[in-house]
Amino acid sequence: MKQFSVLDLGLVDFDLAYAKQKEIHSAVKSRLQESTLIICSHHPVITLGRQGKEENILADLAQLQNIKVRKIERGGDITYHGPGQITCYPIFDLNCFKKDIHWFLRGLEEAVINFLTGLNIAGQRQPGLSGVWIRERKIASLGISIKNWITFHGISLNIKRNDLGNFKLIRPCGMDVEMTCAEEYLGRDISIEEIKECLVSKFKEHLTPGRIGSAGVRLLREEALV
Amino acid sequence: MIKVVLPELGEGIQKATVSYWYFKENDQVGEKDDLVELTTDKATFNLPSPCKGRISEIMYREGDTVEPGQILAVIEEN
Repeated sequence: MKQFSVLDLGLVDFDLAYAKQKEIHSAVKSRLQESTLIICSHHPVITLGRQGKEENILADLAQLQNIKVRKIERGGDITYHGPGQITCYPIFDLNCFKKDIHWFLRGLEEAVINFLTGLNIAGQRQPGLSGVWIRERKIASLGISIKNWITFHGISLNIKRNDLGNFKLIRPCGMDVEMTCAEEYLGRDISIEEIKECLVSKFKEHLTPGRIGSAGVRLLREEALV
Repeated sequence: MIKVVLPELGEGIQKATVSYWYFKENDQVGEKDDLVELTTDKATFNLPSPCKGRISEIMYREGDTVEPGQILAVIEEN
């Protein structure tokens, strides 16, 4: 059984990617499709999760002319997505991995931290906070939903310097936090295409059924194979 | 009567907030229908109905904090 398959949607409208997530979630639930990692970038969009407060949108209407705003069912407050990020939507059946939200969220962060290490960027967690940070600046944000122990939504990693400005239109995650990106630490331009494969490989390292220690989960996995 | 119990959500997750009930008391539900959505810091989690039946009691309202092991609702199986 493959760990998960990968679907690269490239630069895609948020609504289309959202519809694709729903479609794959339904197929995974019906066992018509294996767990799938969607990777993509979005045209500018602001999303509000379940804890999202509209007062965390700092932009005026004129500034929002070319930016969609969407309320969605993921956890967390507010974030921005743009073409300078890699956004990863793991639609994973945790019955086949581990039924543990904490394990899954930390696995997403670990994958990104490990990926950044490969670029000589020291990403880390901040105690009590989610996401990936470089000291006090945030480089990756996450928020997920789980239905029937199948995940959707996910984690976004900021790559391009020229897409950071739009974070000033919001209070990211409802906090007064400074956002950063990989290019700021590399000191050179980097293309999203050139790093996708490496990032996917880190997801495979850090979100693997083989790391599960519980017999109960192994049993569930065997059931899934029937 | 089937008690709908909040399962363990993961290591270190000791509470969640009831964010949305998909049904109200006396509604009919199907097995595996989304019953209630719970929210933790960075995740929302939908608890499905364990059986087909009528919801006879909802124990917590939206906005309430709940812990794994607590009974969220009671369903009269049919």
